[in-house]
Formats: sequence, structure tokens, C-alpha cells
Amino acid sequence: MSIIAFLLAGTLAAALPLLLAALGEMVVEKTGLLNLGIEGMMAIGAAVAFILVFQTGSHSLGFAGGAVAGLVLSMVFAFLVITLKVNEVAAGLALSVLGLGLSALFGKSFESLTVSGLPRLGLPGLSQIPLVGPTLLTQDILVWLAIPFTVALGYVLTRTKPGLVIQAVGENASVARSIGYNVAAIRFAAVGFGGAMAGLGGAYASTVYTPLWADGMIAGRGWIALALVVFGTWKTGRIAFGALLFGVLSLGELMAQATGVNLPSQLLTSLPYVVTILMLVVISRRKGPLAA
Amino acid sequence: MTGMPALLSMHGVSKRYGKVQANAEIDLTVEAGSIHAVLGENGAGKSTLMKLIYGVETPDAGQIAWNGTPVVLNSPGEAQKLGIGMVFQHFSLFETLSVVQNVSLLVPGTRAELSARIRELGATFGLSVDPDAMVHTLSVGERQRVEIIRCLLLEPKLLILDEPTSVLPPQSVALLFETLRSLQAKGMAILFISHKLGEVRELCDTATILRAGRVTARVDPRDHDKSELARMMIGREIPKISADTTHRVAEDRLVLNHLSLPSQTRFGTTLHDISLSVKSGQIVGIAGISGNGQAELAAAISGEVPVADAGAITLMGKPAGRLSAGARRRLGFAFIPEERLGRGAVPRMSLADNTLLTAHGTGLVRRGFIRRAAERALTGRVIEEFDVRTAGPDVEAGNLSGGNLQKFMLGREIMLAPKVMLVAQPTWGVDIGAATAIRRRLLSMRDQGTAILVISEELEELFEICDLLHVLHAGHLSGPRDPHVTTAAQIGTLMTGASEGDAA
Repeated sequence: MSIIAFLLAGTLAAALPLLLAALGEMVVEKTGLLNLGIEGMMAIGAAVAFILVFQTGSHSLGFAGGAVAGLVLSMVFAFLVITLKVNEVAAGLALSVLGLGLSALFGKSFESLTVSGLPRLGLPGLSQIPLVGPTLLTQDILVWLAIPFTVALGYVLTRTKPGLVIQAVGENASVARSIGYNVAAIRFAAVGFGGAMAGLGGAYASTVYTPLWADGMIAGRGWIALALVVFGTWKTGRIAFGALLFGVLSLGELMAQATGVNLPSQLLTSLPYVVTILMLVVISRRKGPLAA
Repeated sequence: MTGMPALLSMHGVSKRYGKVQANAEIDLTVEAGSIHAVLGENGAGKSTLMKLIYGVETPDAGQIAWNGTPVVLNSPGEAQKLGIGMVFQHFSLFETLSVVQNVSLLVPGTRAELSARIRELGATFGLSVDPDAMVHTLSVGERQRVEIIRCLLLEPKLLILDEPTSVLPPQSVALLFETLRSLQAKGMAILFISHKLGEVRELCDTATILRAGRVTARVDPRDHDKSELARMMIGREIPKISADTTHRVAEDRLVLNHLSLPSQTRFGTTLHDISLSVKSGQIVGIAGISGNGQAELAAAISGEVPVADAGAITLMGKPAGRLSAGARRRLGFAFIPEERLGRGAVPRMSLADNTLLTAHGTGLVRRGFIRRAAERALTGRVIEEFDVRTAGPDVEAGNLSGGNLQKFMLGREIMLAPKVMLVAQPTWGVDIGAATAIRRRLLSMRDQGTAILVISEELEELFEICDLLHVLHAGHLSGPRDPHVTTAAQIGTLMTGASEGDAA
């Protein structure tokens, strides 16, 4: 497989865990909260999904389980921060540590086991196109669903009443409360959405993208998702762009390692993270056409 | 009266915040079709009472009944469902959203429908506002229009207005009163919170007077004159402002010399060729309706927006157009902005820390460390000398009522002994007792030689304290006028842009 074909085929899948988690966190942050627990929620989602898929063979069950696991963990954050008014930074960091610890515990007896990935579906009629047909246009079901979902989420947040309410709550919660909105409920819902999305992203990473359980497999994607949201300036299009960039770079890094580029592997591994953030910093500093 | 239960009745309602008994055994009855005033000084418990009616807070004791049926209001949403609408004193608008978006958060309907209804209501009631304007670009007066329109679109049975006229020009007040009377004629009840006794007497048929959290009187305000009402409200005679005309006017402290400034925002006002001078021992007033360049002028003088031509602004004889806000303060300039929360004070910081923000140059910081004891002592002095009703220096600024916060900010700046002071809307939303105290303070500062520039929408106030008056309209400033030989009507004409034959 040529380099181009490899990148075309794999980028979307490599980007997906990050994209899902970042979109979830974007909604959380738009309501005026900051959940630093994405890494933990992705990890627990990954572990629960892997175990379910390993035991039952059902990917649907794995995705659902991963999303529910992320949601449940996020409710701990919501309860601490919204109900008990605990400092959100401390609560979020605790959530990351907790999620990573639980995922290691659950996954301990599954270390290095594998499951089968998802079948890749070509777009009818289009998958015959040379080069892009069998690569870019042949993806698994979650990738196909994620594309319209991303567009729809961007539309809802910028063009509809629920999006307006979320923005209003994020701008001034006490005003939102004074004109009759249940701010706590809206924030609970947003945090839950963020948790489910992070859990789903983790599930995809452990059962489809690299269908093998290894402790620590989320490898900082949660933190990158957090950076994507900020440097993507809370805009769906920019966040999607950042996720794709990360996807391309992480594949490029794999290839570079495989072909034996003469650079320390630690440097190569860090490259996607560094370059993605740099690119987003540049974009966020000027008004680009990427805004969605 | 006719056996029908009152629209709203409250009986024995009490609310306590920590050590402060904000409301004690309040009885209040509002009939449909009545315009009912709630009068009281700062901290008398008016705002708390409104919050209880609007469901923002729940009472510790007592009953609230709506059309004779006992109700428990746990949220503003529940109050809105009953038909209670409220126009807040600290506005409840989202600054990053447009007018129509703000409205749509509360009122159902498509954007196009709502825009049309906003324009229609604006035309009917003299509350015109661009539905697509972003709220952060609007003046205080314009924001209030948005608040009122948003409330009216919900067609409430009871409309609560918290200090609604304080930011409106005289013409708009008259229009607003017409609006309120026509709403009253349709059977709507209105709770009107105002410190302007003349307006209460003109508009309202009932007044409930609060003092220190208790109802002290329930009267027909038309049967009592202003000083009687004021006495019921503050429990003593209103101190008279002594007009001292012997003060000595000396050198120029603040001079604007053909200041022009292009608008910084899409909906802002461009300042055209503005010239004025404020001398030591002089109070100069700028009258005009909000949105005519007041915010831009204040920003230019305070240093928030630097001016290209350094000589267009001189402070203490030094060209200051390009100096930062901090550098201007070091020359002896002090500024009390119109927006108390956010620009004048940080809502979530304690009063002590808010004091530090402008007083850090007065020995409150030593080798980079804050001297907490000195900071608290200074804040304590501000609270005591300026009669700020609060539990102490550790209270967050956002918890103070508008008038109390204004007294605090004024005190904070006066403690710095400024040579030149710019005050925007010094008594906006402040009751009569506190407003009088603030005006007397400004006069005594003037008598001690401070140069004071006052931007205000309240003509009465400007005539009371100013030695010279200008009018700002559409970014143009009129020539100076002597308030002793000028009538309010003449100033009012300039405020609406009629040229009056001399633009001077």
C-alpha cells in the first residue's frame, strides 16, 4: 500500500477517538464548565468496551457500554462540581486519575488480548473510484456516522434554540437562572453528553482503531482533546480539522517508525501532539475560513 | 374590594441572609390594574422582596398567594408561568448575543417574527432598538429598552420594574409612563420600584414603603407630598444640599481640545471635535441620552481607548491622549464608570480587593506583597465614611445593591484624593437619601479644589450640582452653558438634537 493510500484509509479512524471526545468537551465548556477528566473517561470507556466486545463479540454493545461508562464517570464530576460546588480543576484531575486507575484494574486480566475490528464499508457506487474508492471512501460504520453527526452538532450549537441556551448559560449562568433556566440541569446534561462522547471515543480506540488491550492505551488523547477544544476556539469545524491533523500526523509517525527514520522514537511519538497544537495556535490567532 | 381576591398578596413574608434580616413580616397586596410603588432606601429590602415574588429566592416564612391561591415559587420559570415578568436593575441580558437572540431565550417564536414584534413594540412604546444589534454594543438606556420589550412580549399579568426610569431621558420617561398606563388599562398590574418620588406620585395609585426590611407605611402617594414620602422612607428629613457659590475656580485640570475619535465598534458613536475644560473647583456636567457618545467619551478620557493626537486630552497641563489608564491615574485622575459591575468593580472579588485595584499606589503594596491589614483598614474607612451598607470588607462586590456599590466606588476614589475626577451616572439606581449624600460629596470635593466632570442622564441632578453644562448628542458636544440661566427645556431640546440656532 502506498503512503498516500495508507494515510487516506487510516486518517479518519485515527482522528475519531479524539474528535468524539473533543466535541463532547466543547459542549461542556460552552456551558461554562471545564472537565479535565476526559483522559479518565476515555480510559474507562475503552476498558469497559474492550471487555464487552471480548466477552460478547458485539461491537454495538461495546460502544454502548463505553459511552455509558464515560457518562457514569462524568456524573461523578457533575455531582461534585455542580451540586457540591467543588473546584472544577481539582475534580476534573481527580476524575482523570480515577478513570485511568479503574481502567487498569478492569483491564488487568485482558492485557495483550485482541478482538476483531469492525468491517469497513465502501460507499455504494463510489468505492470503485481508483485510489480514494477503496481507501478514503471505505470506512467503518462509526466513521460514517460521525461525519453527519459533527455537521449536525455544529448546526445545533450555532443555529438553534438549544445551542443559544447553551451559549447563554456559558456566558452568564446567574442571568440565565434569573430569566428562568435550570442552569444546573443544563450543565448536568452537557457534562453527561461530554462523558458519553469521551467514553465512546475510548471505546472506538480500544475495539476498532487498535483492537487490542494495553494499559495506558489512551496515551494522552484526552489531554489533546482538551487542547483541541481551546485552540479550536470552541468551533466545530476547527476542532474537526485539528482532530484530522492529529490523525494524519500519528499515522505519519507510525510510518516513520516503521521505515526507520533516523530520529529518536520519543521525538517522533511526540510530534503529532506538538504539531497539532502549534497548528491550532496559529489558526486560533487569526480569523480563518475554518469556522463552522 | 369587590370580593375578588387580589392578584398578588403576600402575608408575613420574611427572608434572612446570614445575619441580615432582609425582609421581616412583609405584607403586600397588589390588585389587578394597579400601579403599585415599592419605596425604600438602599438595603431596605426592595430587591429581596422582588426576588421572592419572582421566584429567584424563597421566603423563610410567610405566604404568597396568586389570585387567592397559595403558591410556592421555586424558580423564575414558575413565576413566569403564573404571569409575572420582571425588568431587572442589573440587567439580565447576554452580552455576546444579539437583541433578538436575547429575546428568543425567553419568548417563543422565530427570529423573523420576534424581530418584527420587537420593532412593532418599539414603535408603539417609544422603545426603539435594532433587533440585530449585539447587546454589548448597547448603552445602559438601550439595554433597558430591550429588557422591557422582552418582558412585554411575554404579556405578563404582573410586571415588576426595578428602577426603570433611572436611565431614560425625560421624553422617554413620559412615553414609558404612557406605556405603563395603557398596560394598566388592559388590567395589568405593575410593581414600580423607584426612588424618584415625583414619578411615584405621578404614576402610582398605591405605595408600600419599606424601611430596614419592614413595611412602614402603605399609602396613596398622590395624597402626600414628596417630603412626607421621603420621611416615611428614610425615617428623618432629607438633608438639603447647600449651594455654596463662593468656591474658587482656578487652573485647568482637564482639557479636551478638538477631540475626535472614530467609533471602536460597529454600533458605537464617533466623537466629533469635542472641546471642553474642567478647572479645579468646578463641576462640569455633560447631559444627554445614553448612546450618544457617553461611553466613548468616558473611554477616551479614562484612557481605556487611547487617542492618536496626544494633545487632544490634557490632564494637569500634560498631554495625555496616548497615556494608559494607569498613567493617567498617576497624574491624579480618577474614574467612576457607569457600569459598576465588571468595569467599576470586580463582582467576585471582596470589597477589600476591589479597593486595592485602584489604591495599590498608596502604600497598600510593599515589595510586591499586599499589606492585608492596611487594605482592610482603608476599605473599612470607605465603608464607614460613605455609609456603605454591608457586613464588611470581605463581602464580594457583586453582593452589594446598586446604590451601595456606587457609594463604595465613589468612596474608594475619593480616598485617593484625586485632582480630576470623571463620574458617569453618579446616582443611577441610587435612592434619594444616598443620592443626596453622593451629590453633597461631589460638591464638597469641588469646594476643596477637585475638578469634576459628571456625565449624567438626570437633568435635575446636573442642574443641582454643576457650574457649567454641556450636552452630548450624536457624538457632538454643545458649547458650555450656565445652568443658572438655562432652562431644562433648552437643554432637553439640545439632547434631542435640535440645533436651537446656536451650536456654539
